[in-house]
Amino acid sequence: MTCDPDLLLPSTEPVMLIDADGRPTGFTADLPAADELLRAHAAMVAGRRLNDQAYALVRQGRLAVYPSSHGQEACQVAAAQVLRTEDWLFPTYRDTVAAVTRGVDPVQVLALLKGDWHCGYDPYRHRVAPQATPLATQLLHAVGVAHAARLRGESTVVMALCGDGATSEGDFHEAMNFAAVFRAPVVFLVQNNEYAISVPLAKQSAAPALAYKGVGYGVPGERVDGNDVAAMLTVLGDAVDRARRGQGPQLVEAHTYRMQAHTNADDAGRYRSAQEVAAWVSRDPLRRLETYLRAAGLLTEGAERAAAAAADRMAARMRDGLNRDITPDFHDLFDHVYARRTPQLDEQAALVADELDREDAR
Amino acid sequence: MSTATREKMTMAQALNRALRNAMTADPSVVVFGEDVGPLGGVFRITDGLSAEFGEQRCFDTPLAESGIVGMAVGMAMNGMRPVVEMQFDAFAYPAFEQVVSHVAKLRNRTRGAVTVPMVIRVPYGGGIGGVEHHCDSSEAYYAHTPGLHVLAPASAADAYGLLRAAIASPDPVVFLEPKRLYWAKEDVDLSDEVPGIGRAAVIREGTDATLIAYGPSVPVALDAAEIAAQEGRSLQVVDVRSIVPFDDDTVCAAVRSTGRAVVVAEAPGFASVASEIVARVTERCFHSLAAPVRRVTGFDIPYPPPKLEHLQLPGVDRILDTVDDLQWEDS
Repeated sequence: MTCDPDLLLPSTEPVMLIDADGRPTGFTADLPAADELLRAHAAMVAGRRLNDQAYALVRQGRLAVYPSSHGQEACQVAAAQVLRTEDWLFPTYRDTVAAVTRGVDPVQVLALLKGDWHCGYDPYRHRVAPQATPLATQLLHAVGVAHAARLRGESTVVMALCGDGATSEGDFHEAMNFAAVFRAPVVFLVQNNEYAISVPLAKQSAAPALAYKGVGYGVPGERVDGNDVAAMLTVLGDAVDRARRGQGPQLVEAHTYRMQAHTNADDAGRYRSAQEVAAWVSRDPLRRLETYLRAAGLLTEGAERAAAAAADRMAARMRDGLNRDITPDFHDLFDHVYARRTPQLDEQAALVADELDREDAR
Repeated sequence: MSTATREKMTMAQALNRALRNAMTADPSVVVFGEDVGPLGGVFRITDGLSAEFGEQRCFDTPLAESGIVGMAVGMAMNGMRPVVEMQFDAFAYPAFEQVVSHVAKLRNRTRGAVTVPMVIRVPYGGGIGGVEHHCDSSEAYYAHTPGLHVLAPASAADAYGLLRAAIASPDPVVFLEPKRLYWAKEDVDLSDEVPGIGRAAVIREGTDATLIAYGPSVPVALDAAEIAAQEGRSLQVVDVRSIVPFDDDTVCAAVRSTGRAVVVAEAPGFASVASEIVARVTERCFHSLAAPVRRVTGFDIPYPPPKLEHLQLPGVDRILDTVDDLQWEDS
């Protein structure tokens, strides 16, 4: 493969179209259309609400744990919003907002963390793969889905998400290399939120920026302000278009920040300061977008109320769905190991059935 | 059955024919891995496939096993039937996480919504004078992972029939190809039905004791039975064929018919498939047994260099010595 290495390099500064104070940076031609920004706004309001509601449900004991994406809503909403129906999204455990923005029922997504089953939704319904908890492994699956689509002449593009820590895993590198060699229509979005649980980026990588990791594989990289949803929509949208045109994969690094601990079980105070977190509050993606939209006269009171009301309804649905206890069917233990139970699994299922019968009889 | 279709072929040729016929029958079957394209694989199992079916159906990949298996997962999710080659047993280990965490679990994680039918072909086992990292018997790692089928043919006919069954299976299959049997010529009729996945086979009748073996150990067990017969002892031989699912019925019926059993396998014996077979047979056939079920396995050592491998591999003498030890004087 021949290409000019310079064309693979990311910009030296992350792409930003709306600054932290909500002012346009001047690249107005690159700004998404108003209706795109309003759609993103409604989804970010819902996403913020989802993060807060899920966090509360953990405190109430309704969810075992929740890895919050508070502060990363712009990345997650943009990742879903730039896709078409025929495309695929490969989320990680922290990408619940992306999955929900794509249309998956939040109650079904959170079945994993409620403990009902590993994946509570049908991945084919919205073309959202099961949330990956092992790091970077799903990136190769994304390449496979994309390659199969390409072999069949379909126009599918795959959006594959991972975090900064996952770029250290071997599968991240194998996925980039395979995608490049096969020109697979994949967009790799790294949400660099500065921490892999407790390990800061400086201990994770000595690269000038994570987006440079594409260069060695012939994959162009780009850096974006991950708290600027306008920039996220534009950069990811371009990458998706490029992939759809058959021009191969792209790596996008979104600079953002994990405002909360890794999960509720984590104590972020052990590895980062309150001042550091406070500095990121002023760069909040939702407030930034709202400031811009209001100043531009795009966000009407009606639209704001509608977005808040929709988020309220979603939160109510979450409380209702997640407060309801279901008893998972014990047959699920044995029914989906193979297409048909083996004789050995039949024996083991009978043993459990017998145990449960005797429990009922007591 | 017509004899016109019988032909002499090696296991390697039978596997090649199985791939070719499966690719002809089903356009979603794709074959990929390291050197499987124009070269035809280092063992020539994929010989001619890329020329016949084109580079979209049989192609070389970058040299990265996790990448190969991980990409196969995605392709299977999206309607393809990948058949991937791990070049050697020990070179499959980089793919282990993909195999264990995704290939084996996706059906279960999604309660059947996402299935990943695929075949992971692994040339495996020793006895070919290979240098280190080329001779492992890795079946226990796969057999211990729920969600995988694990097959190990020992004949050209089974290699053909089981590989066709594996490719047609709705479940992922780890297909272990005993390298040292690749070049053994046999008279085969590919239209013969062979027992399917999950079925063992009694391949030699006998009345005094049962030898249970799979893959590369099957011909060794047959040789041992032949020599035992000359010495007046009648040994039955069971070819396990399908390690997972395991055919308890056939194996246990065989053991009950003789009352004595020896399991033969070249993998290290500790926590092995052989150990599992001993446990299963003992639990199910205890009252039919005249002696403890014994194992003849590899020692619990890393696979030795070529000049010492004959000491590691279960041989006829070690098998017959163990048979001699089955408490004959008590009955």
